[in-house]
Amino acid sequence: MTRFDERETGLPRRSGLGLKPEHYQSINDGEPDVGFFEVHAENYMGAGGPPHRWLETIAAKYPLSLHGVALSIGAAGPLDKAHLARLRTLVERYRPASFSEHLAWSTHDTGFLNDLLPLPYTDETLQRVCDHVDETQQALGCRMLLENPSTYVLFEESTIDEIDFLTAISDRTGCGLLLDVNNVMVSAVNHRLDPYAYLDRFPVERVGEVHLAGYDEAQDGAGDRLLIDAHATEVKDDVFALYEHLLRRAGPLPTLVEWDNDVPAFDVLHAEARRVDGALAAEAARRNARAA
Amino acid sequence: MTMGFEAGQDAFARAVTDPEAALPPGVTSRRGEADAMRFAVYRNNVTVGLIRALEMRFPVARRLVGEAFFRTLARDYMRHELPASPLLFEYGDSLPAFIEGHEVSESLPYLADVTRVEAAWTRAYHARDAHPLTIAELAAIRPEDLGATRLVAHPSAALVRSAHPAGSIWAAHQSETVTPPRAWQPETVLVARPDMEVTVRILPERDAPFAQALLAGEALDAAAAKALAADATFDFGSALVGLVSLGAFSARTDDEDLPK
Repeated sequence: MTRFDERETGLPRRSGLGLKPEHYQSINDGEPDVGFFEVHAENYMGAGGPPHRWLETIAAKYPLSLHGVALSIGAAGPLDKAHLARLRTLVERYRPASFSEHLAWSTHDTGFLNDLLPLPYTDETLQRVCDHVDETQQALGCRMLLENPSTYVLFEESTIDEIDFLTAISDRTGCGLLLDVNNVMVSAVNHRLDPYAYLDRFPVERVGEVHLAGYDEAQDGAGDRLLIDAHATEVKDDVFALYEHLLRRAGPLPTLVEWDNDVPAFDVLHAEARRVDGALAAEAARRNARAA
Repeated sequence: MTMGFEAGQDAFARAVTDPEAALPPGVTSRRGEADAMRFAVYRNNVTVGLIRALEMRFPVARRLVGEAFFRTLARDYMRHELPASPLLFEYGDSLPAFIEGHEVSESLPYLADVTRVEAAWTRAYHARDAHPLTIAELAAIRPEDLGATRLVAHPSAALVRSAHPAGSIWAAHQSETVTPPRAWQPETVLVARPDMEVTVRILPERDAPFAQALLAGEALDAAAAKALAADATFDFGSALVGLVSLGAFSARTDDEDLPK
């Protein structure tokens, strides 16, 4: 097994935004002050056309994070070799500063299920996920980041705690971690855990990128709060407070605001990025003051 | 209960795409019991996500049948066929054929062909980029070579031949207010993206056999013979210049830089 360079991520310790087709023109024309842009890899797997033309232009101006949403690393079955080859083509073409994927599965032999589905945490599943992360890093020739999931159910057969599971994958494969703070809040509320305790146990020194997003709220069959990872609103205040707590512990980190559904005008997204940059600058200032 | 990793995902995958199915074994919650409302989040994500992919790809069909019925149609299609790959912009390639066999085609016989235009639009959008054959390049072919020349279809080019005014219906639904087609007649639509803009053009009907033959790789003289046999008023020059100016072709087969 090859262990890839464990240097820090190439993403700047700034705010980043998801790149959406409806904003291509305004980003290209206005060149907004944003630390990086992130794209879903699968949206750039066509042979040609405007998506590639725009991505080339914008990736020439900003650091790029390539975020896969469909590799199905948590699948029981083998990884899709054709999909890995498509990812490799993108990595070679755009040379992203970071590649990340999810601790989840989405492909089954019945077809592509288009959601990030959960898996039990056992010795068997840990080994399978490690094999898949290792295979991905070999295929892409770079270290990847693996993202903690938001989940709505638990599995009776799980024997390993989620943080221990992620830490073990990182130990065995050398991969970094992507810490999605909204997912922490969603899973913590859904499984009645303390999100602050989760963050305080998380191996933050392995985090190459942070994600923030908005959640939706519903109730489960017992009337308990059920949070849903929706990416359709601004970051909720409780998630932002949790994020600030993370920064106090870990220091400034590259931080993406995800807003994938009901995408607003670019100014609204940019305001979210400025809020993140404000928190990053405040934490940097706090650390400088303490050091002085 | 404990089941193997593969068997567990088999059961989960079945349950997540079938609202009638029981919850998969082994799924639980902090209260220590399975909760249908929690599992429903996954079912809903899968269904809503795939329906949204079809809504984005087939906006005209959605307007034609209405949002509620389109959702029903999309759900029927999803049960018939899940995406074969994670490339969601390809999902729905077989929707036109599915609609043809669906009862909606009894009342809206043109719906399938309108979705063919919409499917071709997305394929053209994501197609391989290629330099379109220009009028100047066409004019450089020696007259004595012209008849035997074969043109290479542009990677983005597709023809939709419809017994209905599928192109006019598609075009009418590109704006807020819809003006119904003036004439209810068969139409042949060329979809192409010679550069960054996808164009959808209704061809003169007498040019349709010519366009179809050329895009299938037949020589110019053979294609022209087919068009003339179908309609004696066919005009070779205007038909060829028209297709070339729409970006239907990328090269001639005798070009040296062609992929063999």
